Formats: sequence, structure tokens, C-alpha cells
Amino acid sequence: MFRFLNYLTSMNTPVQQQGIWKVIAASSVGTLIEWYDFYIFGSLATVIADQFFPKGNPTAALLATLATFAAGFIVRPFGALVFGRLGDLIGRKYTFLLTLVLMGGSTFAIGLVPGYQTIGFAAPLIVLLLRLLQGLALGGEYGGAATYVAEHSPVNRRGYFTSWIQTTATLGLLLSLGVILLTRHSLDADLQKSIAKFNDWGWRIPFWVSIVLVGVSIYIRLKMQESPLFTKLKLECKTSKNPLKESFGNKANLKMVLLALFGATMGQGVVWYTGQFYAQSFIENVCKIDFEQSRTILIWAIVAATPLFIVFGGWSDRIGRKWIMLSGMLLAISSYHFIFKQLMNISDVKGKTEIVEQRKMLSREVMPVPDRPGEFAHIAISEVHYTDGAVFKEVVTDTVKEDQSKTTKTIYKDKRLGSGDYWTAVWWLFVLVGYVTMVYGPIAAFLVELFPTRIRYTSMSLPYHIGNGVFGGLTPFVATLLTTIYVNDKLSGLWYSIVIAGACFIIGAVYVSNKIDPNVND
Amino acid sequence: MNSIKRALGIVWFLLGPFSIWYLIKTAAHEIAAKPVVDTKIQWGIFIVVFVPISIGLMIFGYYAMKGEYDHLPENSDEIQ
Repeated sequence: MFRFLNYLTSMNTPVQQQGIWKVIAASSVGTLIEWYDFYIFGSLATVIADQFFPKGNPTAALLATLATFAAGFIVRPFGALVFGRLGDLIGRKYTFLLTLVLMGGSTFAIGLVPGYQTIGFAAPLIVLLLRLLQGLALGGEYGGAATYVAEHSPVNRRGYFTSWIQTTATLGLLLSLGVILLTRHSLDADLQKSIAKFNDWGWRIPFWVSIVLVGVSIYIRLKMQESPLFTKLKLECKTSKNPLKESFGNKANLKMVLLALFGATMGQGVVWYTGQFYAQSFIENVCKIDFEQSRTILIWAIVAATPLFIVFGGWSDRIGRKWIMLSGMLLAISSYHFIFKQLMNISDVKGKTEIVEQRKMLSREVMPVPDRPGEFAHIAISEVHYTDGAVFKEVVTDTVKEDQSKTTKTIYKDKRLGSGDYWTAVWWLFVLVGYVTMVYGPIAAFLVELFPTRIRYTSMSLPYHIGNGVFGGLTPFVATLLTTIYVNDKLSGLWYSIVIAGACFIIGAVYVSNKIDPNVND
Repeated sequence: MNSIKRALGIVWFLLGPFSIWYLIKTAAHEIAAKPVVDTKIQWGIFIVVFVPISIGLMIFGYYAMKGEYDHLPENSDEIQ
């Protein structure tokens, strides 16, 4: 008891100020690994589709994977309830240790599941189950880490210290992209053979890597102490008996949960996913920029923009959380169309000048058109070089009908941008990730300050994971769906994010307070 | 400001049922256009997830209309 009181008393001394960096490091590393685990699945969606879902209809396979992906996000709010309750009952430390074990085990196991060709429908079912476990674990992790760091932080630096936790989601995505690219290049001296091996079995390596990272993180977390505020409550027997009932059955707290969701996390979620996941998907699938460039562009943007999480988190300690987050939303919704249009323009063949002597024919073949007897497609694939350094693959398809009439269709794919356009794309993605840092940097401190210590883990986890997981996580899925409904408008997918972030901006501006809670100990 | 909060509460309260109606209408249209398992699954997921959220938006609107957000709590005692 005396040891604990001494510990509490020393919280404001310089020694404890130094100790907070250990708290931040231990919390952040584990959270970063959880995000890494969660994102490698999404980043490898197309490869996983080939492995685990019935072949023949690639769209069905991709949709099945995306549905699995969405399922991962949909169970996140349930994870928030299950582990949030545990965290408010037994403590933050052991709860987010448990989520780490669950996440690491599920990720490693996905890397071990035999493909559909080997065990049939058991394969996608097992993968789906493991994916659900991942979502459940992630639902419990973030709230614990953010609460844990905030409850160790001094009042005037809560935004700054929790912003380190906020970097982990983006850095987890960065780590997943980096490990995937590195593995893809390392399996054979010949790059094409290396990629083939990666698509065959090498995709499992990033999943296996997780077990090592999780092992290290568990070791670090075991050495951590329980949050001082929670320990104080426990010693005073003031912990909640029923956190779920107190969080959502009590009108005074429920109204704050709803405000957190509709006035902050909902908009934050769509800005987060539009600026990173959907942007990467857009440049790869709509702009047709090749696999590697579409990832390295995002990697550079993330590397450059990540320090801004700390900048905006720290700034929120001085001017309040509200207007930084809402400004990020407003800038995002007013510039999304312009920025995504720029990304389309730099990858458009119009305006580029071909270097004709460098054109190289890669293949030419004739094949019957499926379901159209008597029709044949002559497909010629060429590599086309342009004066700005860009190299596109040109696919010309001449379809010859039974009456010998001919239609010609030309598409460009696997586009490699020239240096100038490449860095322009990096700049636009940097701007998009910059918006992410504005809405996301201060939000942990904002959520922590809304709720009392004894039900904080439960109360803040649910709106965060509905906002980030459901509204945000479904962004690439809904956006892709919108582009299939409104096929003539390639930017139609952005309307989902714009409408959700717009509504959130209005609610946040009208209802949310800009005051910083001076006392989260209550 | 409080009167704006209460007036906008009506908007959020009505937006809840409107979004449920719009979601179900779009789902029915899309499933009719492409009656395959994938379409049914994805729209089924959307309905299961977004209907409770829309109900939450109605509750939020109701609280706003009633003036529950006129004053936000400044310490935990107000949340007891």
C-alpha cells in the first residue's frame, strides 16, 4: 500500500516524466504490431483471394475476401465491448496483454492454413474464423493502450503523449507494406520468379513474422505496471461492477458515447481510410499504377506525414482537440475530388509523348471469346515508353465477330510513372495522410477526457471502433461498390466519405466542446 | 446556440429512419439487379451493421431535441 502511494506521489516528478517514455514505448510497440497483423490481411487481399476462395470468378473471390475483411472490422465493436468490460473490471495491463496474444496467435495461424485446393471449403472457413478473432482482439487493444498512456500522462501533455499511440495505426500499415515488398523481392534472384514464389507460398511469411514481433511485445508488456489511476480505484474498491450497464444503460454517459461517435470518430474513420487504404486502392485499381509503385508512393507519403501526428497531438494540448480534428475533416471533404482527379491526370496517357523507337511487343495471342461462339479476340501487349520517363503496358484487343466486323479496345495497365509524376503522386498522398494526422492525432486524448476512469476503457472503445472500424473500415468496400453502380464517374466512391465526414463535421462543430478536461482522475 | 442544437436534433432524429429506408431500398434494388449470393451477403452485412447505428442516430437526435446537449458534463460526478 505504502509502495503504491509512493508511486502515486512520485507521478509528477521528473523521474516519472522519464518513465512515461517506457510506458509509451511498451504500449506503442504492441499496438503497432496489432495493426500490422490486421493490415497484412488487407494488403494481401488479392493474393489471399486466389489461395482461399473458389477460383473461376475473380470478382467473387475478391468480394469474398473483402467481405472477410469487412467482417474483421464489423467484429471490432464486439471486441471493444468484451475487452473494454474486462479492462474496466480486471485492469488495463492484463487485458491488452490478452488481446496481443489473441491477435498474434490468429495471425500466425492464418499463415499456416492450407489453401482451398488442398482442404476445400474448410480453408476459407478457417480463415474467416481467424479473421474474426483478429478483429475481436483489435477491438480490445486500442482503447487499452490509449487509456493506459493517458492515465500516465501529465494534464498539460496528454494530447502529445497519446499522439505517439496514434502513430501506430499508420506505422502498422507502413510496416505491413514494407514487409510485403521486402518478402516479394527476396525469394529469388530473378524478380519475376520471386513474385511467382511469393504469390504461391511466400505471402505466408509476413504472417509468420508476426509471432516473433508479438513475442517481443509480450515480454515488454509483462514488465509494465498497471495504470496508477486504475490501481487507485481498485484499492479504494471504486471500480465498476458492471461497466457495460454503466456505459450504455446510463443516459448521462450514453449521450457522450453517441456524441463521440457521431461528432468525432465517424468522420475520423472515413478520413483515415480514404487517405490511406482507399487512396492506395485507387491508384492501383483505378489509375492502374503498378503494384510496387502504388505501394511505395504510399510508403513515402506515410514516412513524411507521420511526424504530424505528434505535431497535432501536441498542439491540441494548447488550443484544444476539437477544431484541429474538425479542420482536418473540412479540408478533406472540400479537396478530395480535386486531389483524386490529380492522381487520375498524372496516370493518364493523354498528354504524354511516346518514344516510338522504344516500343516493345511483349506478346500477341488469339483466343475465342467466352460465351460468344464464332468470335475471336486478338490481344497484343506492348511496353510503351514516354518522354517523361513513364512506362505503360498497352493492351490492344481486336475482337473479330462472325461477320468479320472488328472492334478495337485499348487499355493501359501496370503503369510505371516517371520521376516527376511519381513524386507528384507522393505529394498528393502526403496531403491526404496529413488530413489523417489532423483528425487522428488528438482523438485519443479527446476520447479519454470524455469518460470517467472506472468505465473509460469500455466507453471510449465502442465509439472508436464503430467510427474507425465500421464507418472507416467499410470505406474501400462501399467506395468500390459505388463505382460499380455509377460506372461513368470514377470518383463516385468518394461520396461515401464526403457525406459521412460532412455530417460528422456539422455535429462536431455544433455539439462538441473544445474544453480540455483538467482532471481525468475522476 | 442551444436552440440550434435542439433544432438540428430534429434533423438527426429524422435522418435515422430515412437512412434505414434508403439503405433497404438500395439493397433491394441492387439484389434484384444482381441476384447472386455475393450481392445478398454484402447488402445483408450493410443492413445488419447500419440499422443499429441509425437507431443510435435517432437516440442522439432525440437527446439533442430534449436539450441534453445544452450543457456538457465537466466532471465525472455529472455522469453518475
